[in-house]
Formats: sequence, C-alpha cells, structure tokens
Amino acid sequence: MTTTPLDHDFESVTAGLVQPQLPRWAAVLIGAMALAVAGLLTMVMGWSVVGGAILAGLLFVIGMPTWSRVVEGGRAAADRLATCLVWGAFVAVLVPLIWLVWLVLKNGLGAISLSFLNESMRGVVGEGGGIYHALMGTLLVTLAATVISVPIGLFTAIYLVEYGKGSRLARVTTFLVDVMTGIPSIVAGLFALALLVLIFGPAIRIGFGGSIALALLMIPTVVRSAEEMLRLVPSDLREASYALGVPKWRTIVKVVMPTAFGGIVTGIVLAISRVIGETAPLLIVAGATDSVNMNLFNGRMMTLPVYIFSQYSSPGVPAFGTDGPPPGYARAWGAALVLIGIVMILNLAARILQKIYAPKSDRRR
Amino acid sequence: MAKSIDVSDLDIYYGDFKAVEGVNMTIRAKAVTAFIGPSGCGKSTFLRALNRMHEVIPGARVEGKVIVSGQSLYEPGIDPVAVRRQIGMVFQRPNPFPTMSIYENVLAGMRLNSKKISKSDADAIVERSLQGANLWTEVKDRLSKPGMGLSGGQQQRLCIARAIAVSPEVLLMDEPCSALDPISTSAIEDLIHELKSEYTIVIVTHNMQQAARVSDDTGFFNLKATGEPGHLVEFNPTNKMFTNPDEESTEAYISGRFG
Repeated sequence: MTTTPLDHDFESVTAGLVQPQLPRWAAVLIGAMALAVAGLLTMVMGWSVVGGAILAGLLFVIGMPTWSRVVEGGRAAADRLATCLVWGAFVAVLVPLIWLVWLVLKNGLGAISLSFLNESMRGVVGEGGGIYHALMGTLLVTLAATVISVPIGLFTAIYLVEYGKGSRLARVTTFLVDVMTGIPSIVAGLFALALLVLIFGPAIRIGFGGSIALALLMIPTVVRSAEEMLRLVPSDLREASYALGVPKWRTIVKVVMPTAFGGIVTGIVLAISRVIGETAPLLIVAGATDSVNMNLFNGRMMTLPVYIFSQYSSPGVPAFGTDGPPPGYARAWGAALVLIGIVMILNLAARILQKIYAPKSDRRR
Repeated sequence: MAKSIDVSDLDIYYGDFKAVEGVNMTIRAKAVTAFIGPSGCGKSTFLRALNRMHEVIPGARVEGKVIVSGQSLYEPGIDPVAVRRQIGMVFQRPNPFPTMSIYENVLAGMRLNSKKISKSDADAIVERSLQGANLWTEVKDRLSKPGMGLSGGQQQRLCIARAIAVSPEVLLMDEPCSALDPISTSAIEDLIHELKSEYTIVIVTHNMQQAARVSDDTGFFNLKATGEPGHLVEFNPTNKMFTNPDEESTEAYISGRFG
C-alpha cells in the first residue's frame, strides 16, 4: 500500500491529538476492586472497619494513577493523582465533622427535654436535673464578653485603618494584636483571676471574670476581621463623602461602617463562636455551681463547657438497684448538643444579617 | 451663587515631592474652565487643591493662595469641611454609595450631615437635582432602587446630581467621562453646558475635543522633564488655545506632535 505525503501528515497530526483515555467506569471499577481487596484482607486479618476503609482509600489512590499512567501517559496520571488527593483531603475533613455531629445527636437528643432545659442541678444526685443554670451562665458570660470586646475591637480597627495609617503606634498595635491572638486561653483565665484578686481580694469567683477572660480572647479576632473589612471599603466612597462636605467621623460612621457592616458582623459572630466553647478560663474564674445565678457580679456561675466537663468527670451513680451508665454522661452529651446548636444558630443569624445589610446592588460591575 | 477663583503662586507638595509649581490663574464665574495636559502633569492634583481634597492624602500640602470671592482657602482658620460644602466635586470613576438607594444617594450630602429636612423639601431637592443632571426621566419610577444598579453613565450623572443637591458654588470635575461610552459622554457634556448658567465649572480632561467642545477657558499643564514638578504652560480662552496658542508646546500638544 502506498501513501501520499499528505495522508501521512494527516495521520501523524490526528495521532498527536487523539489520546487513549480510560473508560468512564474506570473509577467505579477501581473503587470496587479496592473495596473488595481491602474487605477481604480486613476479614482475613481481623482488622477494624476503619483500618479497612483507610486501606481501600490507599489502594484507590495508588491504583487509579497507575492504570492511567499505563494507558493515558504521564500528564493524565498526574492529573488523576492530584484529583484523588484533593478528594481524599475533602473526605478526610468531612468524615470527622459528620461523625462528630452524628455522635452528639445520637447521644444528646435522648437527654434533651423541656425539664432538661428548664431545671438546674441544685440538689440533684442521680437522675434528672438540667442545664438551665449553665445555659443562662454561658449566654450571660458570652454576652458580657461581647459587650466588652466589640467596642474595643471595633475602635482599634477604625484607628488602624482610618487614622493610624503607617504610623508607629499603628504598627505597634498591629504587632500586639498578633501577639494577643496567640495567648493560650488558660493564661487569659489566670490573668482575669489575678486582676479580680487584685481588686476584690483572694478566693473570688464571679461570672464577670469569665467575661474578661473571654473578651481577651475575642478582641484580637474582632480587630483582625473588622480591620480587613474596613480596608475593603473603596477609598472612592470616602472621597465622595468628603467632597460633599461631610466631616471624617461622619464619613466613617455613615459611609464606611454601613458598607462594611455585613463583614464586621460575621467577624464578631465567628469570634463569639470561638470563645463560647472555652472551658479552662471559665473553670478558673467563673467557677462551677449547681444552682442558677443570674448575677454576673456576685458568686460562681456555671457555663455549658464547664457543665459538660463536670458532668463527665463526676457523673454520679445510677439510681439504687438499677444498672446502667452514670446519669451525668447523658447530661453532658445533651449539653454538648445545646452548645453546638447555639453556635449554629449564631452562624445562621450572621449569614442572615449579612444578606440583609450587604451593599444593595442589582448587578455587579 | 457662582464664584470666581483666583489662584496665585500655588505650589503643591506630596511630602517632599513638589508636584505642581507656581500656578497663577483666574477661573471665571459661570464659565467652564478645562485643564488639559499629559498624564502625571498635576492637573488632577491642582483640581483637588481647589477644594482642599488634596490634603486627604497623608503628607500632602500646599503653598500659595487660592482665593474664592475674596476669601483665601488656605488661611489657618478655614475649615476644609466648610470649603468642600461650597465647592463640590465629581470623580473619574462613578462612586455612588453602595448602601443607599438612588433617592438616598441624591440626598447624601444632607443626610450624612444629619440636616433636618421635611419630606416634601427632600422630594423637591431630589427631583430638582436629578432633573439638573438629566437623569430624572430615566429613574423617576425607581428612586428606591440601589444606585449601584444603574449603568455607568447613569451612575456618573447620579454623582453629579448628588454634588449639585447641596447647591455648591463651584463644581470640580476630575475626568468625569473617562470611564464612559460616547453616548453617556455626550449626555454629560450637554449637562455641563446647562449647568454653566448656574455654577462655576472646572473640568480636567484627557480628551482635547471635549475641552474644545465644553470649555470657555483652557489651561495647559505640562512637565518640564520627568521628575520635575508640573506647571501651567498657558491659560487662555479656548478659542485662542485651539486656533492660535501663545506657546509652541501648547500647539505641539494639541496638534498631537507632542514629543
């Protein structure tokens, strides 16, 4: 058979463009094979299910690029490998999250009832009791911490962005805020305790001390996020306002802050979510109690994290003559579920606020 | 009402860097004055010095005199905020406030200063300003819609409406058409012609045809060399500038033979 030069050229060009590809069902096949091999090995060797799942994942990550390398070539194999690794990272993050939520729901839902939310632990030795005192404590302490830290954080951010641009004080402040981010929560608690002892004398335990400790942990987060958001406001808008004869402070209050409002609120809520689960500083300063205490400035105050800790560390004994786990365990799971619920509600609220206050626009330029 | 501006021996600095040197001119009331010149020659800087917007940038300062109807703007006792209330400004990029509706944007000058105005007065001001900016018929049915939802040309006219709503005596425009298409540009030029009857208008432009079309007087700014401060080469009635300029370099720039 003879070929003209033209035919030859045409063939070599198409040969360069068309690459052999793995069939679509390749991933399914490899997955099934990996599962089968891992399952078999797990059964034969008597490994746990988790071990088997990890082995299946590894086999897939090795098998897919190898097959691809043989059929499709090096670049496609690298692409398959990277895809596998990215998906693997995604699953590795998602699994603990789902597991945690499922575990808390499974163990906690049973404990939750109207009386659980409505009763304190006062005088409760065995079954019964609730989280009312801890729930109120957490809400009050966190609210006070927010009231302290939001103005401080917001004004610091406004100074850094609007007034202190590049000045020595602004640079020092930024550095100190960064240092503050790294304060261990227990140290914040000890600081708050030391402060209170200086003022009120030794052996002081009040809820407000917990608020001080939490505020210390919140301030750097609030400053950082608010600073970012204020910087994102275009300077065009500030100039437009100045050109209308609006003083600088009014420009900040009425133009810059409303434009950045959504982001600032999100930052504050994230800061609250971060501190609401803090245990160590609250255990030190706010103490622990079994009764309801609505006064931040007098007496020990229970909070949800401390409640969970104390219910798990001293769970009590089941009623006389019955068998089963100590009653404190169920209460701890229930409290954990409520705590997660609060954080979730806060985050949803922030999203809704952000939607409402986002700069209005029919279209983006 | 509209005021004239006298500038004498004005030097403008950014920190140690002298950006504009030795400007002398008289800007006539109820006329359009255009500034042309290559990029970086200090036209916009000079414009911003006329209502003390210049000093918003840290380290920026001014030497010399700017006198608006007998009052020197850079005297120690002068409040820059009060100056900016009398001398409004429109910027290169349309910048309506994104959190406000069209209605609120027009009233921004009053609302941001917490001036108490009745609903009927407010409505009247919005209608008068939007009509003044040739935008009323286009937006009168959607005043409560966000200002950012308008097209670029409409946004720029909204900014002009916002600037004239506070009834300034002078209106400064910093390349108001450079981000706009030809149709919006022509709408704004028509608007400048109409506004001339009430306001003193100063406009910076890169478009020499635009300067020729809209202005009564034209100033040509240039740099002696790169790194040197910009200066005013020639300031004359627009007709003379575009037909028989005094300076060689003006003619070179206008006819496109600029080196």
